[in-house]
Amino acid sequence: MLSALFYFLLFFFFFFKALFVYKYILLVPRGLIMLSNTEKELIIQIWDKMIPVAEEIGSEALLRMFTSFPKTKTYFSHLDISPHSEHLRCHGKKIIQALAEGARNISTLTTTLAPLSRFHAYQLRIHPTNFKLFNHCIIVTLACHMGDNFTPVAHAAIDKFLSAFSAVLAEKFR
Amino acid sequence: MVEWTDAERKAIKAVWGKINVDVTGAQALARCLIVYPWTQRYFGSFGSLSDPASILGNKKVAAHGKVVLNGLGKAVQNMDNIKSTYAPLSVLHSEKLHVDPDNFRLLGDCLTIVVASQLGRAFTPDIQAAWQKFLAVAVSALGKQYH
Repeated sequence: MLSALFYFLLFFFFFFKALFVYKYILLVPRGLIMLSNTEKELIIQIWDKMIPVAEEIGSEALLRMFTSFPKTKTYFSHLDISPHSEHLRCHGKKIIQALAEGARNISTLTTTLAPLSRFHAYQLRIHPTNFKLFNHCIIVTLACHMGDNFTPVAHAAIDKFLSAFSAVLAEKFR
Repeated sequence: MVEWTDAERKAIKAVWGKINVDVTGAQALARCLIVYPWTQRYFGSFGSLSDPASILGNKKVAAHGKVVLNGLGKAVQNMDNIKSTYAPLSVLHSEKLHVDPDNFRLLGDCLTIVVASQLGRAFTPDIQAAWQKFLAVAVSALGKQYH
């Protein structure tokens, strides 16, 4: 009778402990990404600030990527990606808006990004290493614009978010 | 042999001239330990690295950041033979320190972010491209003596 009670209590202990931990875990294909509530708030705060300047930030990140890593231009032969071009600004804006939406729906990234995920897998077919290059250039752009406000903690949170985002975009690749 | 255009040489010396070698190295190393926590494996003797605040306040991290950045300075002064300049450093990181060379790129990325946040708009896409190329050469040279 006492041992039954013991196992009952043990079960509840681990069940609630698991529940407590679960809200901190963002389950993403290809591994777990741990984002605390503080980090999730930081991420939303930062992307909210980027929405009004989406064109500027997005086109700058793209331009940085094309300049530092010229092979990434091979995916854009159908657009005019010269500095300040209409296409570059428009495309940059789309990307920032998609990232901001992802930030507001972090716990449902897979469903939120499903259409974009299919698009990247079946139509765009981008070599996966390019996501890392673009993420790096997004972070450089944020650092240039935010200066000291782009603290190491904010940097870590954004880096993790962008990794999770790219993982979802690439999940249907094969 | 790495070919550097005049514009690239100018860009790299300009960036180097603008950064405070004592402070930037410390910030870059601390940032690397925070953003990529597995890199802490090489710094077991540095004391507390348990949270961002203790990493940012850690004097050994700051001192070592300075050492690392002075090492990068050697590459800036010897841009035409970075590989031979770094040969002994590469042997050190491989034989004695046993550092996975993939981590050099991460530290380089963190350094780029610190430089970007210090220079702001002055860190233009063209200057970034030259800086990325320079770091790639330095990172490659550091990994050359691994076997």
